Amino acid sequence: MRKPIARALALAVGVAAIAAALILLSPNGNLGSILSAFWRGSFGTWSALVSGTLVRAIPLAIVGAGLSIAFRAGVFNIGGEGQLLLGAVAAATAGLEFTSLGHAGTVVALLASALAGAAWAGIAAVLRRRFGVLEVISTILLNFVAANLVSYLVRGPLQEPSGALPQTDLIDGSARLLRLGSTRLHYGVFIAIAVCGAAWWFLNRTAAGFRVRAVGASPSAAAVTGRVDVPAVAAGALMVSGALAGLAGGIEITGVTYALYENLSPGYGFSAIAVAILARNNPLGVLATALLFAALETGALGMQRDAGVPSVVATAIEAVVILAALSVGRGAQWSARRGPAVVAS
Amino acid sequence: MTTGSPAAPALELRGIRKRFGDVLALDGVDFRVAAGTVHALLGENGAGKSTLMRIAFGLLQADAGTVSIDGRHMTSLTVRNASRAGLGMVHQHLSLAPGLNAAENVSLGGQGVYRPRQAMRLLHALAQQSGLDVPADARAGDLSIVQQQRLEILKALARDAKVLILDEPTAVLAPPETAELMVWIRRFCASGGSVVLVTHKLREAHAIADDITVLRRGQMTYGGQARASTEARLAQAIFPNVEPLPATLAIVPAGDIVVSAQSVVLGGNHGGVLVHEASFDVRRHEIVGLAAVEGSGHRALLEMLAALRQPTAGDLRLPARVAFIPADRQRDALIADFSLVENVALFGLGAARGLLNWGALAGRSRELIQRFSIAAASETVAARTLSGGNQQRLVVARALEHPVDLVVADNPTRGLDVQATAFVHDQLRRVAANGAAVVVHSSDLDEVLALATRVLVVFHGEVRECAVDRDAIGRAMLGAA
Repeated sequence: MRKPIARALALAVGVAAIAAALILLSPNGNLGSILSAFWRGSFGTWSALVSGTLVRAIPLAIVGAGLSIAFRAGVFNIGGEGQLLLGAVAAATAGLEFTSLGHAGTVVALLASALAGAAWAGIAAVLRRRFGVLEVISTILLNFVAANLVSYLVRGPLQEPSGALPQTDLIDGSARLLRLGSTRLHYGVFIAIAVCGAAWWFLNRTAAGFRVRAVGASPSAAAVTGRVDVPAVAAGALMVSGALAGLAGGIEITGVTYALYENLSPGYGFSAIAVAILARNNPLGVLATALLFAALETGALGMQRDAGVPSVVATAIEAVVILAALSVGRGAQWSARRGPAVVAS
Repeated sequence: MTTGSPAAPALELRGIRKRFGDVLALDGVDFRVAAGTVHALLGENGAGKSTLMRIAFGLLQADAGTVSIDGRHMTSLTVRNASRAGLGMVHQHLSLAPGLNAAENVSLGGQGVYRPRQAMRLLHALAQQSGLDVPADARAGDLSIVQQQRLEILKALARDAKVLILDEPTAVLAPPETAELMVWIRRFCASGGSVVLVTHKLREAHAIADDITVLRRGQMTYGGQARASTEARLAQAIFPNVEPLPATLAIVPAGDIVVSAQSVVLGGNHGGVLVHEASFDVRRHEIVGLAAVEGSGHRALLEMLAALRQPTAGDLRLPARVAFIPADRQRDALIADFSLVENVALFGLGAARGLLNWGALAGRSRELIQRFSIAAASETVAARTLSGGNQQRLVVARALEHPVDLVVADNPTRGLDVQATAFVHDQLRRVAANGAAVVVHSSDLDEVLALATRVLVVFHGEVRECAVDRDAIGRAMLGAA
């Protein structure tokens, strides 16, 4: 366990680094105006909160909930980004193909996205079981494959008819998620809340969820005392997390972008790793940490827009905040959990 | 204190005090080893024996007290300084580099350039001088446990150790091997060395030691010459107020066959054969003791009986209800961070479906805590907060909560004090009396003898029936006729 002093130090260093970076790199060097720009961009106004921060929090929460399940099982799925992109591809395809289903079109598109995400994660699961390839490596590599697959599709088979832009046509109106009033916030927000709630319920109330936790906490005890099929549970957790990442991609297509293009995701699949870890892999905590990370991103955009802080600085600051937050929080558990507990003899 | 040797004591600890959190592990302990003697350090698990020796060897820092080695007061005590002063320690869990050969292991931790031929010469010289023989070219991981232990002693001797601390050296040895080690210890002391023998085996300590120190809960409860003490006197020093062991239950004649193995073969995970053509039956009411030295294939046999390993050939019939008590409770039986309720739910979790009824599980846990006298603040505390003995009570309680046909137990009392051991033995006898078959392995032959109504010995993958007789079993464990 970390000492409180080390945590306080990490926090202080993080805060100092952020403040210094902000002052040095902003044109007018006024910390007050920069912070107020951050606040206006994230929580400060109704439209920033609802149309900006909440919209961004939706994919972070859904991917984060899935990753909590994988991490609890001791499976290090770093491929949320690739699984999300495959979900987006599936949803865009379904949204373009099925135009006569009415609102069922949305459901079909979202189901397709979840299946595609699970299948993409399933590749890593098979590689693990058949060939012993570590999922940390295979999921990272599959991210690159997925990104390039999207690039190919939007320039080839799925490109919009005019061929001018590297993106698909807009999906049919019936396949789109409804929006709340005149805001950009869509019904995906309810899906995100439901997914986090369901993930918590699954982990804490069901036998299968307890198997996930037991396998992650002690594979040997789960196998010997629980007589649990450890590889099957780990593979299942990996695929569930893939399905949820895919679903998040589908929700981005049907609720936000309405079309598939490159750079559709500003790294949601990666940020969601930090979202899950900071929430200590608790899906209810993920709701809060997803909101926090979404606010960091929209706040950073606000600083760029209103205070002239370059967006690369904003991104670097975000990384520092993540590191500081993880040092202060129980980020250590992720490494501590792997080793055996030290017991005094 | 004891032998009136005029020379400086080989090792002297004074007023050693050590606190771990709320626990006072050592409370002002004095310990003095005269040169050329064997000094036994006795006590239950958790009495502070290992802590005291780890302080002497510089592995732990004492809160108060002084350490002198060979008459020299150690001001800054580190492992390096202790080794230089002539102190060597052989730990209970041997710490060899398994991929290196004997010569490399002995030279490990040396300085400068490693010269294979020189290292080999050093090993041969040491072996000749000490009379401890170890194959020089074999990888340490391929050596038998006895050879590994010898290699550990050679490692200490290579650093010119004059005082050897042996921490529970006989825990892994069969009786003839133990006898051999004792002869060697005597010879080492006759040639001027000194030995601290850390053990919880009273008889062993009394037989070999010149002096005996007994620790109980961090305090010295006996210190003096072995000759001047009796086993009864020592037992009293070790255990404050020993509860009378439960009366042995009436022996019930064996019932119908529960386990039937016909020419069963067990293959290793990476090829090779762990158990050859084993044929045996186990009947209800029997307690079958499985005796073997480490690496004999008995572990695979236990896993097979626990339905965790499939035979590669032969016929095996197992009952439906099997309870397994694994040897390593930290790794295989409990999840330290999980609550007691969650650990109860863990048992047989693979077959659970749908929702878990946590309310009912909590009720069951409370009942187990009560019925099996588990000392726990509540059922919601983490398993790690329980003492080793209470953790094992939970493991046993969970396994025997419902009626079973077969109980397979691997070292079920490892690391337990005398009361927790009595509890586990009592539970195993009870479950056998109630109609289950019990197969138990212990690395402590005395435990096998105390429990078993029948004995199977495994040697080199061969399983055979053996008379319930100490000498016969000891010979069979080493493959002698």
